[in-house]
Amino acid sequence: MDIQDRPHVLSYFQLTVVLVILLALTGVTVGVSYIHMGFFNVPVALAIACLKVTFVLLFFMHLKYEGRIIVLSFISTITFLIIMIGFTFWDVAFR
Amino acid sequence: MRAEIDRVGIKIGMWLFLYSEIILFGGLFVLYAAYFHKHPESFAVGGKELDRVIGALNTVVLLISSFTVAASITAIQKGSRKLTIGLLGFSIFCGFIFLVNKYFEWGAKIHHDIYPNSETLVNGEPGLNIFFGLYYVITGLHGLHVIIGMVLLSISLVWVLVGKIDGSKISMLDNSGLYWHLVDLIWIFVFPLFYLVL
Repeated sequence: MDIQDRPHVLSYFQLTVVLVILLALTGVTVGVSYIHMGFFNVPVALAIACLKVTFVLLFFMHLKYEGRIIVLSFISTITFLIIMIGFTFWDVAFR
Repeated sequence: MRAEIDRVGIKIGMWLFLYSEIILFGGLFVLYAAYFHKHPESFAVGGKELDRVIGALNTVVLLISSFTVAASITAIQKGSRKLTIGLLGFSIFCGFIFLVNKYFEWGAKIHHDIYPNSETLVNGEPGLNIFFGLYYVITGLHGLHVIIGMVLLSISLVWVLVGKIDGSKISMLDNSGLYWHLVDLIWIFVFPLFYLVL
């Protein structure tokens, strides 16, 4: 196995940068919500949420530094989630 | 004989549990998507009822607490025990602030006769009833997760105090941290879906 025994330690600086990005993105979502974009309101809000979640997963949850098993099983879960939400919504929207 | 600690195995176990949590909330978000498609106007009306300032404040509180939990894991690995204790205590305090905000928020809604099976919702628009039904179920379940996360962080804090967690044995703290970040992840989606729909 190529997984290190000693876990990777994130520096305080890295964590602070991630926090600042997350807080900035929160500001952006709130700001954008005051602009009327019609149909695009929800997709834009969700896109920003996905970006924020990516930062939390990669750095706070350490996913960037995990071994293959955790990364692959995580991707499988998200794929399943996309199928579950996507296909169900597809059915409802185009029935 | 030396007992080996299977760090990776412990972590995989925690992640498997987190996947089931992701799917649990995913199912609720499917419900949200389907009903949002059916009653977009009512959902917009419902969203405007919610206080986006409290929502944004709670988002900031959770993000900061996620940061302090991640920093506490760095601190314990660098051997600064006191800093770890301080950061964990602060994170638990943030969870408490979140719940207090939630209490006032729910309290105000219930005061305005907006709660499951209330007169206003039962006799009003069906879409609005569904919106607030989902609001109470999803934020309620999320609130329960905040409480569980606080309990896990408190156990970790005690374990650091008594020396059961130190620089070489951090799995309990690591996994509690993962759980806390998951709570944060879910809120990142709940916030725009409920507070910012227009």
